[in-house]
Amino acid sequence: MKRWFPPLLTVVFVLWILSALMPKKESSYSINGFGRLPVVFNGRVQPVDSLARNSLTQIREKDTANLEPWKSWYQAPKILSATEWLLTVMTRPEVADGWKVFRLDHPELKALLKLPEADPTRNEDGKHFAWAQFGESGFKLIEDEHRRIRETKKDASQRTTFDSAILEAHEALTLYLRLKNTVHPQDTAEFGREIGDYTRAVPAGVTAFRNRMIGSGVVETNALTALFDFAERYFVTVRMDTPLLIPPASGGEVGEWSRMGEALLDSSVGAPLLRHLMHRDPKEALAPERVSALIGSAGTRPLNPAVPLWAKMADAFRLEQSVEFNQAVATYTGYLQSLRLDRALSKASSEQAFNRFAPFSKAAAIYIVAFLFGCGFWFNFAEWSRRTSLQLVLLAFVVHTVGLIFRMWLEGRPPVTNLYSSAIFIGWGAVGLGLILEGFWKNAIGLAVATVIGFATQVVAHNLALSGDTMVMMEAVLDTNFWLATHVVIVTLGYASTFVAGFLAILYVILGVGTRVLTSTMGRSMARMVYGILCFATLFSFVGTVLGGIWADQSWGRFWGWDPKENGALIIVLWNALILHARWGGMVKERGIMNLAIVGNVVTCWSWFGTNLLGIGLHSYGFMSGAFTALMVFVATQAILIGLGSLPQSMWRSFRGLKS
Amino acid sequence: MLKTLTQFLSSLRLTVVLLACAIAVVFFGTLGQTSDGLYVAQQRYFRSWFSYWTPHDATFPWIPLPGGYLVGTLLLANLTVAHVTRFKWSWNKSGIFMTHIGIILLLVGQLLTDMLARESVMSFREGESRNYSESSMDFELAFLQDSGSNQLDQVIAFPANLIKSGTELQHPLLPFSIRVREAFENATVRVRGPMVDSNRPPASTQGAGRSMIIESSAAKRGMDDRNVPGSVLEMIDGGRSMGTWLGSGILRAQQIETASGTWRMELRPVREYKPFALTLIKTTHEVYPGTEKPKNFQSRVRIQNLDSREDREVDIYMNNPLRYSGYTFFQFQMGREQLEQGGRGTSALQVVQNPSWIAPYLGCIIVGLGLLVQFGIHLGKFISRRKA
Repeated sequence: MKRWFPPLLTVVFVLWILSALMPKKESSYSINGFGRLPVVFNGRVQPVDSLARNSLTQIREKDTANLEPWKSWYQAPKILSATEWLLTVMTRPEVADGWKVFRLDHPELKALLKLPEADPTRNEDGKHFAWAQFGESGFKLIEDEHRRIRETKKDASQRTTFDSAILEAHEALTLYLRLKNTVHPQDTAEFGREIGDYTRAVPAGVTAFRNRMIGSGVVETNALTALFDFAERYFVTVRMDTPLLIPPASGGEVGEWSRMGEALLDSSVGAPLLRHLMHRDPKEALAPERVSALIGSAGTRPLNPAVPLWAKMADAFRLEQSVEFNQAVATYTGYLQSLRLDRALSKASSEQAFNRFAPFSKAAAIYIVAFLFGCGFWFNFAEWSRRTSLQLVLLAFVVHTVGLIFRMWLEGRPPVTNLYSSAIFIGWGAVGLGLILEGFWKNAIGLAVATVIGFATQVVAHNLALSGDTMVMMEAVLDTNFWLATHVVIVTLGYASTFVAGFLAILYVILGVGTRVLTSTMGRSMARMVYGILCFATLFSFVGTVLGGIWADQSWGRFWGWDPKENGALIIVLWNALILHARWGGMVKERGIMNLAIVGNVVTCWSWFGTNLLGIGLHSYGFMSGAFTALMVFVATQAILIGLGSLPQSMWRSFRGLKS
Repeated sequence: MLKTLTQFLSSLRLTVVLLACAIAVVFFGTLGQTSDGLYVAQQRYFRSWFSYWTPHDATFPWIPLPGGYLVGTLLLANLTVAHVTRFKWSWNKSGIFMTHIGIILLLVGQLLTDMLARESVMSFREGESRNYSESSMDFELAFLQDSGSNQLDQVIAFPANLIKSGTELQHPLLPFSIRVREAFENATVRVRGPMVDSNRPPASTQGAGRSMIIESSAAKRGMDDRNVPGSVLEMIDGGRSMGTWLGSGILRAQQIETASGTWRMELRPVREYKPFALTLIKTTHEVYPGTEKPKNFQSRVRIQNLDSREDREVDIYMNNPLRYSGYTFFQFQMGREQLEQGGRGTSALQVVQNPSWIAPYLGCIIVGLGLLVQFGIHLGKFISRRKA
């Protein structure tokens, strides 16, 4: 049993991972096929599946839609996939409006919208609400509050939790509105028929429009009004910045995709001209010769063939005709293939597979189990327990690595491109280092540190992902794979190794003060580990920091600009150097190094998150109140641990026996 | 006495204390940026010998701090003295030697950069040429006399820091002297309203200021904010007042008529002339589809150097600067609105002259290798000991 247990458990987890790769059995609708269709959003090609998951995550903090949130899990609430939810939002908004998918927690916000308290008998859980429960009037209230905050509290640190709740709710509701108007205006009854009516109204309408604009010929007012009733409807959806659904009829580049409204308007007056006429915003002003060119070419372009194909899908789903829907999805996929959009299609389908695979959350789950077996080893010194832990960590590390490589391939980028991916990568680096330590010492210490950091960084990443797409495009200045691959990767490894040293130290303090596990040999070997890891932390953080300086010198001619993020990285270098020098000078011994290494956690967290919260500098992502609270809690725990670590030896349970 | 001093200066304890001080300086220097802005915070915490940190609301007592110069100098001294007196060369310590040499190079390089590097901006529209760049911080009061051709203007420029209330400026080539009546570090200049400003006199009796008002504004401190100085200047020709003129960074050149000819007066960013000219040929500004997020800024410029008879075109874009004759030109800002209206695009290039730019590159390589060697030696020993 003890021999067979470790591989057996590992195989169980392997099967679990493989099962997720298989597509789920479908209802009669080809939801997976629809989820695989490429769209352009956030400046990049992505599958409908990603748009759906990221939107739903932003709205309800989960990437599935639980339609009966008041039910407990054992009551089997009805749960929809993100794609099916999005499809309903886009084509049957009146149905989706009744689903309780908006996660709203702030009591004042709930009071503002007059939302009901938790009451399972009335199908209320007090956390999730439907659009229909606050509707347009509730959205208006939130918009007013939103405007007030933007006008009076420009500095994010002045905002209260209520203000932040309003801003988040505003973002979620606006996103929902955009989604409702993505395929067609939200009040459309039958899109296919509407397109037919519109196409018929175009010729006469455009003639009247042109005559009106150049001031000659007969202006048929009825024809003009008929056209503009449609045009205004479509223009409203364009102004909402809906996702880009329609590829150019010639195939072409990603930059040429358009919104549904733009594609429709393109066959009559065109969106640029409407922008110019309807909103006299200087940004949208056009040169007179361009205006007359646009008037001249109005009504000369045929309707983009993708438009009626989308209409077919939408109408079939709306009318609950599954056969027609599946047919329409297949037809549209075939149409995209005929445009030679192979790259967009394969990218979208790979990303859908990646979403289903969800490697990072799977790895996180395995890390927890592995951690428990690792802890078990210290109390009974059963080698099978350590071996189980080791095999599970290796498995999770493989999944983690495959996930990283998959992501890199999808993005065409080095592993770290934003705060989210830095969390994933810190976890990966820490687990790798932990495995190396375990290879040397075989005492489950490396495993414990690996699993704790592997899991904790995943929690951080999950929370960062709540704000939406994690694969957003890079700003012009960051758009360089060379520096992302060198500076960013190395400095992130510096973070990872400093954390490993810090968590080793935490383990030392907890085991030493709270248990009798920490023998003097174990203590010595842990001090060795911390020292060795700190050496490499110094190397990585130093080289990474200076490479950042060189990047800055390359991109704006200033090697060192005292930017908060640069300074944060510099502090890590200085702190690691300080620990090493204090050790070489004999100023600190085993416990001293451990306490200093715990401070290293705080220093690294400051550099990783704290500097972004200051709201200044080049790496500022704005004030995140959630992150601020989390950071403060983390600092407090570290302070407590240092306090414990500074207790006199007589109060350490592990050392008490030694003294007497 | 000398022995105690060298012992003190070479001690590891001092290293640890100095590293702790450096951390404090960098940390509070970062916090200070939120209230002071980058430029002031740099001067206050890093380019100083002593400083103190005060929180926003300042009810706490101040935290006294050593300045960046002090910590840097002491670290340099600590490192050098330790190497001269305490360290003995051995292959086992070769990594530490390399690391420390690299650190010295970095510290010295940064000090040199601090003293020698100069930053300015060259901004132009498509089709325009520039043979000078402009300071983004400092202004000068320039007097120009047309000598017929465009190239050979007579230019007399006074740095803005000489323009203080009550002073009088003179130059042998200038037929008049300038008495500074009022001077502001940052001033707002606006058109004098017919009703609201009826009880306030115009800013000056001559030139553009006759229909304007000048007011002092709070000095700006942010990284991208820029102070626009303003002043009221009285021109005096042989003891006789010619009237007052308004000097402002936002006004175009104004004319001053004298018996010996017409002068133009301008308060403008300090110019640095180059022995070559750049012409902006084309600007490119791309965003990601369906978003406002910038994807690429690019300026195509033509370099013309009469001395070396060079005449070629290059592209400058993010992470791809132009290095030319000791200057580096970086893509800095771009005017986008004009591009969309089909007008001529504008571009601003950051111009940096830094003779010590190579130091961090070398320093990084040396320290990186040094750490790698030293920790490699540690690791090797450790592994062989475990195997034994």
